[in-house]
Amino acid sequence: MTITAKANSLWEYANPRKFLATSERLLPFFWLASTTCLVVGLVWGFFFTPDDYKQGSTVKIIYLHVPSALMAINCWLMMLAASLIWLVRRHHVSALAARAAAPVGIVFTLVALVTGAIWGQPMWGSWWAWDPRLTSFLILFLFYLGYVALWEAIEDPDTAADLTSVLCLVGSVFAILSRYAVNFWNQGLHQGASVMRVAAVTGSDTEEKVSNIYFFPLMLCIVGFVLLFIALVLYRTCTEIRARRIKALLARERANA
Amino acid sequence: MIALLLRDLKLAFRAGGGFGLGLAFFLIVTVLVPFSVGPQSSLLSIIAPGVLWLGALLACLLSLDRLLALDWEDGSLDLLATAPLPLEAVVAVKSLAHWLTTGLPLVLVAPLLGVMLNLPETGFTWLVVSLLIGTPALSVIGTFGAAITVGLKRGGLLLSLLVLPLYVPTLIFGAEVARRGATGTELETPLLLLAGITTATIALLPFASAAVLKINLR
Repeated sequence: MTITAKANSLWEYANPRKFLATSERLLPFFWLASTTCLVVGLVWGFFFTPDDYKQGSTVKIIYLHVPSALMAINCWLMMLAASLIWLVRRHHVSALAARAAAPVGIVFTLVALVTGAIWGQPMWGSWWAWDPRLTSFLILFLFYLGYVALWEAIEDPDTAADLTSVLCLVGSVFAILSRYAVNFWNQGLHQGASVMRVAAVTGSDTEEKVSNIYFFPLMLCIVGFVLLFIALVLYRTCTEIRARRIKALLARERANA
Repeated sequence: MIALLLRDLKLAFRAGGGFGLGLAFFLIVTVLVPFSVGPQSSLLSIIAPGVLWLGALLACLLSLDRLLALDWEDGSLDLLATAPLPLEAVVAVKSLAHWLTTGLPLVLVAPLLGVMLNLPETGFTWLVVSLLIGTPALSVIGTFGAAITVGLKRGGLLLSLLVLPLYVPTLIFGAEVARRGATGTELETPLLLLAGITTATIALLPFASAAVLKINLR
């Protein structure tokens, strides 16, 4: 096939050495870019946007809540893609990247849940409601926990990679199923999608939407979170690769001795 | 296949098998509920469908770690894997045996416990129907969880953690059918969705379970 034969195909980065070298070179840029975006976006959002006329200053928690919720889902999608690549093409880097991403996803999910609770308390009058969105995030959190626990529980790395990949696939199907089941089960307090609608950006629709004043710093925060996620996953994957290497070296030394 | 099914059933019914375990647990949970929430019959009749469904689910969960672990320990799983029967069929038969020994007794006992929890008269049929349709899904999903954790020393906790989120859709729709049956409202939609989940899991999950089991037996 042309894809594999080409000298500069994407699959070259499945080679751990190549992956390490490239991500090593890219990482400083990602760190820098994500820090810049986050600092500018958060400072802009927290100090240079007006308070909402109804919600007061609590509205500003949106700059942490929305991006982390977004990345919590995207992180799972990335793990799904990585698991598929591992199952089909058996590239170790891919399995390690999925493993490296999971704790990052847990943290994002937790941040989204906690900031949501802090925001919900003054707005809805309760820390927690069995609202569809909240409930699906709780279920997502459980999926993450199970995934990480399975990685930790199995000693043989290849078996662990295989089992967690299958779990990720099956889990994704059930996560989507739960999402709609939960929707069916309870109509909630949480507002619908209000950031990514085109009409909301151009300001031409009359439904609930995020106002333009808040939109640009929010966009910056989202970009910052995406870059932060990429940087963290690259960094953690490199660490995993090195840990694997050390293990191999130790095993070889023991075999020689 | 039939021989394997009979063998599993025999093992479950004999001493040391898991037959009574789920049933006893179900009884204990539902009998203890009135002590914990109070004896008002109006309150009990509202929560009865949910409590019965939750009890059935937990009883299923309890017996899952015996589903494959015993065969794994004494080595018969290796023999089954090399037998001419495809592993998918083995897993499917195992789920069926689990359902016959755990799910079906729960369904049969549920109306009796419904009387104790003051379930409204209209609710009985739908409670039994929803459990009858829903519990096979619980067994099949549980088999998948058991197949993933079969090689682990203390897989019990991990098994519950993995299976719990997978059980959510079944529980939602199953309990919804029972609840709507009890209040006498329209219940076609959740019933169809519940049936859809069960048939889809029965059709697809044995393949995933067999794949996982193959990895574990490697």
